[in-house]
Amino acid sequence: MKFGVVVFPGSNCDADCYHVVRNVVGQECEYVWHESKDLRGFDAVILPGGFSYGDYLRSGALARFSPIMQSVYEFAEKGGLVIGICNGFQILLEAGLLPGAMLPNDNLEFRCGWVNVKVENADTAFTRLYRPGEIVRMPIAHHEGNYYAEKETLDELERSGRVVFRYVDENGCPSREANPNGAARNIAGIINERGNVLGMMPHPERCSEAILGGEDGRRLFLSMVRALCS
Amino acid sequence: MLEDKDSSGKPEPLNVSREATKTFPGVKTAKTPWREMGLKDQEYELIVEKLGREPNYTELGMFAVLWSEHCAYKHSKALLKTLPTSGPRVLVGPGENAGVVDIGDGLAVAFKIESHNHPCAVEPYQGAATGIGGIVRDILAMGARPVCLLDSLRFGPLSHPRSRFLFSGVVSGISGYGNCLGIPTVGGEVFFAEPYKNNPLCNVLCAGILRHEDLHKGQASGPGNIVMIVGHSTGRDGIHGCTFASEELGEDAESRRPNVQVGDPFMEKLLIEACLEMMATGAVVGVQDMGAAGITSSCAETAARAGTGLSIEINKVPMREKGMTPYEVMLSESQERMLLIVKPEKVETVESIARKWGLNVAPIGVVTGSGLLEVFDNGEKVASVPVKLLTEGPVYDPPAEEPAYIRENAHFSPESIPVPETSWFNEILLELLASPNIASKEPVYRQYDYMVRTDTVEGPGRGAAVIRVKGTRKALVFSTDCNGRIVYLDPRAGAMWAVAEAARNVAVTGAQPLAITNCLNFGNPEKPDIFWQFKEAVEGMGEACRVLETPVTGGNVSFYNETEGEPVYPTPVIGMLGLIEDVEKRVTPGFKLKGDKIALLGRVWGDGRSLCGSEYLERIHGVVAGSPRQPDLGLEKALIKTLVEAAGERLLRSAQDLSEGGLGVALAESCILACPGARGAKVNLQGVCPAGYRLDAVLFGECNSAVVVSFSPDKEEALRDVCAKNGVPFSVIGEVDGDVFTVEAGAGTTVIKVTSADMTGAWANGISRSLI
Repeated sequence: MKFGVVVFPGSNCDADCYHVVRNVVGQECEYVWHESKDLRGFDAVILPGGFSYGDYLRSGALARFSPIMQSVYEFAEKGGLVIGICNGFQILLEAGLLPGAMLPNDNLEFRCGWVNVKVENADTAFTRLYRPGEIVRMPIAHHEGNYYAEKETLDELERSGRVVFRYVDENGCPSREANPNGAARNIAGIINERGNVLGMMPHPERCSEAILGGEDGRRLFLSMVRALCS
Repeated sequence: MLEDKDSSGKPEPLNVSREATKTFPGVKTAKTPWREMGLKDQEYELIVEKLGREPNYTELGMFAVLWSEHCAYKHSKALLKTLPTSGPRVLVGPGENAGVVDIGDGLAVAFKIESHNHPCAVEPYQGAATGIGGIVRDILAMGARPVCLLDSLRFGPLSHPRSRFLFSGVVSGISGYGNCLGIPTVGGEVFFAEPYKNNPLCNVLCAGILRHEDLHKGQASGPGNIVMIVGHSTGRDGIHGCTFASEELGEDAESRRPNVQVGDPFMEKLLIEACLEMMATGAVVGVQDMGAAGITSSCAETAARAGTGLSIEINKVPMREKGMTPYEVMLSESQERMLLIVKPEKVETVESIARKWGLNVAPIGVVTGSGLLEVFDNGEKVASVPVKLLTEGPVYDPPAEEPAYIRENAHFSPESIPVPETSWFNEILLELLASPNIASKEPVYRQYDYMVRTDTVEGPGRGAAVIRVKGTRKALVFSTDCNGRIVYLDPRAGAMWAVAEAARNVAVTGAQPLAITNCLNFGNPEKPDIFWQFKEAVEGMGEACRVLETPVTGGNVSFYNETEGEPVYPTPVIGMLGLIEDVEKRVTPGFKLKGDKIALLGRVWGDGRSLCGSEYLERIHGVVAGSPRQPDLGLEKALIKTLVEAAGERLLRSAQDLSEGGLGVALAESCILACPGARGAKVNLQGVCPAGYRLDAVLFGECNSAVVVSFSPDKEEALRDVCAKNGVPFSVIGEVDGDVFTVEAGAGTTVIKVTSADMTGAWANGISRSLI
């Protein structure tokens, strides 16, 4: 399977995603410069973390106007798998590929560290190798991860099983203390209606090798490979 | 009046009259402009003598910045020459943008630490941010991909409102700038003490990895090659920033804010990627960061290193605003700019890469064989100065005199401090764990992205930082260390301890210490007592580096860290690089398994002297006094060898060095950082606390060449043998327990009994409680 990692000016997790796809999961991978308009030949597209355009104006607000984004729309339209991680999630929200918006963390600080995340929906192309309700550990690193959407949208997301990841404590409880940024209903990741566009704040690429302190992220990439093969 | 003088028979007169009548940032009057620019009268006279004429205004500004203490090392150069700087692994020593050390397999590490203290004292957010920007560009200039950052920070006690402001500003600045670059901030230190109240220290270490063949240097070689500027446009910010950094701060410190540059991390990120791409094409002959003194220093230094000259046209420099004078363009310290020396046929390659990344780029001149830095503005020559003269400022050998406090200290008897009742030791331990100097720094480092690049094997809060090198089994280990309180009490011993501690910190992970970079933060060197501190510290550091075979590959001196005559603690921060050949053999500080044995490698001193300068003496008894002992560098070296060998043979389950808080705190930290089920210890001090030793000194004394290790009981003999072979004392002092930390002083006398939950609570909340 061939993955594309989009490189915006200011992306900084592009090399990390590339490394995991190539060297840990063993798939083909290529960088896609943001000025490109061609995603032909790719099976999946990753919008990596970082500070696209310096996060100036608002996280992801400028990146959505990059030429590649039109191709990302079309790619998603055709059913291709798209995952936005951290800044990539913010871009997907700004681009309207996922509902809602991202506010600054409620503690008003950048937060880096490990969090517990519950896999609320293990029946997606991105999570099929996790157990339903499994609690996994993943790193976060962001200043704007406070997910916001109107009540109707949140209810709809919940009802349709589109909340894929949620911040929880060690016992699986979505407590206030377990929420690192104030995100509505402790939401850490959501998927679109069709099930082929995922946005998440935690970084699965940072926990795909034991030497980095955790391997829970690797199954997300393997799930994508499995989904693409089936 | 400068250009009115008859200059017949001297280098050609330059027409700059339109400048002389203007008011310039940082320059108040025009009668003796050199004074306002920070030059002394005799320095001005020297310039006139060597130049053979009076410099014009632009030239004077160029001299002023390059002859500032910050750029010229006027007071430090002579002593720095005494430091050991070579070794089998040193590929590039001091004098370049950063030192470069061989790590085998054709790979090398470029690393350097630099200060940004003065800017942080008046504008902490931008001061810290641009401090990161500058050191990252230094590493980039060596052709290396920057891979990690460490910050060594000093503030006044958090009880002062000003200290809190500076603390939160500096931390936010590091977070705001560093995170955006995609370079993980993996470690460092934060230390709080009264003398840093108005003069915080912000030292940033950056390291990068390169292949030997990708090494670049800051040399403008090859007359005919093109001088290019890439990155941000040039504005009026930071003019005379380095002059400002070469003065004491006075009451008007706030008014110096315009001297502080403003950072744009997004631009820096683009600059990193673009420059690495340009260098990979082979187009770049020489490359230099434009930091302090901007275009002036980068041009003069690259030409001086190559023995060439440069002719530049400043009207070609991409400018941020209209109407900038040559003086302003030459002295601007606008950030995120690099100077490139490019082969003429490759100019287009460089331009197209810059365009791809959306950066300004312009050819601004050419390398010449003249030995002069010649500056033209729309065809008019506005400056012409020999580069050697610019870069070889005067060197001073100021008087040094032992300060009065050192003599008074000699009379202090630590034995006059009573040993506390045994029943107090529990409380003392918890109090020390909660001290901001010892407590968890998580409130700081959780604001830094320490995991990006997915190479951080051991991040902040767990001793030295361990960074893997992808594609190999190697790992780099970094630590920054300096206890200013001990250096203050005895600069020579204190600097030795800083080197020894940094080496030990790296060695407990199993890494071989390879080399250091240093950042020497002191007060005003024109004061004999300050210069005495500096001299003692440099000599002590040199001696320790020679014995431990860790040469100095570069660094930075920051003088004038004084406000209204109050200097900081002399703080020679050591940044140590270590190498682990097999990352899977690394050792971490936390206990791993209940039932493992605990031993002390090395020795603790049970006398009052080991309390001098300790956290215990200040925090519990309110005393900063005495003469700390000089380290036994021979033992230190043997200890390091032992740790590296023991790790290589996989004999250790954990290792934690003794520093602030001594043995008691080292043991407590091994419990706090332990794996679940191994967060306690049963310790008996009988073997290391013979009769006549003070219990408080054994438990909380500092300045020990010692390490606490834990190991599987079946490894005891092998470990004992390694220690014996190297001549390192080995004392089994207890075993890892489930959940409670107990210390017995002798048979049946329990002096500490505390749960790991209580220790963790005190340690984890120490900083946040100080902020309430």
